[in-house]
Amino acid sequence: MTATDQNSRRNFLKKGLGIAAVSSAVTALHAFQVDSVEETGEKVKLLSPEGEIVEIDIAYLKPIPEVNISPDESRHGIPGRRFVMVIDLAQCKNLRKCHDACDKMHHCGPEKEFLKVLKMQNNTLATPFWQPTMCFHCDEPPCVKVCPVDATFKREDGIVLIDTDRCIGCRFCMVACPYSARTFDWSEPAFPLELAHQHYSPETSVPAKMGTVSKCDFCPDMVRKGEMPHCVTACPNGVFYFGDENEDAVSNGAETVRLSELLRDRSGYRYMEDMGTRPRVYYLPPVNRAFPFQDDEFTKHKG
Amino acid sequence: MKTKKPVPLPYPTDQIEAISRDLMPKPFGLSGKIWVAVLSVIFLTGLYFYIEQFRFGLGITAMRDYSTWGIYIANFVFFVAISLVGSLVSAILKLSGARLRTPLTRISEMIAVSSIIFAALVIIVDMGRPDRFLNVIFHARIQSPITWDVIVISTYLTISLLLFYLPLIPDLAFMRDRYVGIPAWQKKMYTFLALGWNSHPGQEKILRRAEQILAILIIPVAFGIHTVTSWLFATTLRPGWDSNDFGPYFVSGAFMVGAGGVIAAMYIFRTHYSNWDKYLTDKHFEFMGRLLVLLSLVYLYFNINEYFVPAYKMKGGEAEHLRALFHGRYAPLFWSVQFFGMVLPIIVLMFRRGRKPLPMFIISIFVIVGAWFKRFLIVVPTLSHPYIPMDRLPESWQHYIPTFKEWSITAGTLAGALLIVTLLARFFPAIPIVETIEEAKPDHNFEEIS
Repeated sequence: MTATDQNSRRNFLKKGLGIAAVSSAVTALHAFQVDSVEETGEKVKLLSPEGEIVEIDIAYLKPIPEVNISPDESRHGIPGRRFVMVIDLAQCKNLRKCHDACDKMHHCGPEKEFLKVLKMQNNTLATPFWQPTMCFHCDEPPCVKVCPVDATFKREDGIVLIDTDRCIGCRFCMVACPYSARTFDWSEPAFPLELAHQHYSPETSVPAKMGTVSKCDFCPDMVRKGEMPHCVTACPNGVFYFGDENEDAVSNGAETVRLSELLRDRSGYRYMEDMGTRPRVYYLPPVNRAFPFQDDEFTKHKG
Repeated sequence: MKTKKPVPLPYPTDQIEAISRDLMPKPFGLSGKIWVAVLSVIFLTGLYFYIEQFRFGLGITAMRDYSTWGIYIANFVFFVAISLVGSLVSAILKLSGARLRTPLTRISEMIAVSSIIFAALVIIVDMGRPDRFLNVIFHARIQSPITWDVIVISTYLTISLLLFYLPLIPDLAFMRDRYVGIPAWQKKMYTFLALGWNSHPGQEKILRRAEQILAILIIPVAFGIHTVTSWLFATTLRPGWDSNDFGPYFVSGAFMVGAGGVIAAMYIFRTHYSNWDKYLTDKHFEFMGRLLVLLSLVYLYFNINEYFVPAYKMKGGEAEHLRALFHGRYAPLFWSVQFFGMVLPIIVLMFRRGRKPLPMFIISIFVIVGAWFKRFLIVVPTLSHPYIPMDRLPESWQHYIPTFKEWSITAGTLAGALLIVTLLARFFPAIPIVETIEEAKPDHNFEEIS
């Protein structure tokens, strides 16, 4: 096994990004032969398909086209992956950057949030802590079990998604979810006009539709681009680790660690394990905290 | 078949004319017209707001992400519950050979048919995307209790319609032949619906056989419809719903409110039409009163199981839910419903004087109203107590207080169901004519299943 192999295996997400960049470079070179491009003078270093570092002008780069994932494809998931998240409660000080980024990227209206940051207290003597919650993408999802029309489904890569083109709005899944992770568009959602015409995919959850259920989707659209979910990249404290259980690796953007070691060494647990839902989101207990607990005023729900 | 002595009759036996004059459906009088007008106004107001909801979404209700089911679902459970009366009277009483049931069967089937139709409509009213209703069939998943509910409700509706229609055929033929002075279209309707019935022994044999089969078939379906409805709640992990008792608890409550519904209808018909006290006698009320006590006691038993056992343990989320019911936000409603809707009927109907028509009518209204709010107490408080904390939510999200439009739509469905019963009674005899005439003959043999 070469060093490059090991490296790419460890930084599996960066690998995805690398491939994307190389393919862009190839497209760019191809484009160079057809059109004449005005050089900007700004250069970037890229890895060529032959394995050499090449320096080219950024004018030759083309943005990766948005991939339209078909509804059928979005039901199967990304092959070979088992996505997983670890949330380090010791690092969370309720900055709510995760919440805001998620809201913005999913165009949640004023009455909707996929990600909540909740004030939790295990008992009256214990210090409260902040706990971000979202859809836990359970391996035994009670929501999927009760859906009468297969509008919400569990994928091979572990993600639970909703097809709002099929949802009938009975809200049985919302009742079945013990974590209250699901939200409903009670009225016509308001969003910019260009978004309304955007190609809908269960992977992006936008544009939302009146009378249907939506929730945290684990951002598979970002993963396909080789990027992390919005909450992970938005958090300045590295609270969120996202990764692949098959590769036994999770990353919070700053560091990439072994999932099994992280959970073993820091007593990772799942919220309400006794529900039997087997969540794919783990928590690291709020011990040896980075910040003292502060009950912030600005945390009021928008509503 | 066993032969029994004929029962003494409250009216002369050879008065076919008198019986048919009493029981033939009649045009509305003034009070009937007012009744229909009031119901129509309530129904149309509800329809108006439903059209608004259809266009602008469920946002016009007070339901939000936590209280995601509200009075629509409570109303749905109520309709399913009261529809069980059809199977109670037409099937269970028929098969047990209860002789007094004859004048009660048609009334109870009318209630069953109208309430099951509205149960189905109410579930569509609660849907966020009623336009995609057919997905329930095209994309059906057999794992979902909703799919089971769709199957069992449509089966129950079919059997109930047949149990209403088949015993009606001899009456339709009777009216076709003897009802004079009605519009031609009404005559035509009777002729068409009577399917050429001429009381031929062969026809009667087929009809009796069909009724027998349906009466047996409807019992498991009736248990099924309300058990599956209870599973919409019991299959979730929520406090207050996560119970193994829910099926029998719901079924027993349904029979109780069903009996209450028949009593109320009996009283209204008896006081509204002249001479109907000859057919819906004090004996019938006495009989239904005893039945209602029995059904209420069974329901009381399940209530004790449902509330006392978890209250003894006071486990986590369950405790929070029970505190809200016993001495919290929902306590006034909870104790009123338990007392006026269950304990009081048992006490009053224990006494002979309580089993007279008027006190029974009042009690039956208590039972029906109590049953509706009991469904509210089953559906709503549970959702106000999710496992994750509900703090940092706007006040309107924490407590579910139905909007006027929501109440109006709900009232519209209740008025609609009453309107169907009223219109059925306007065109079809609410007490079987032919059967009553048969039973009035001195040599009539009451049939029983042997």
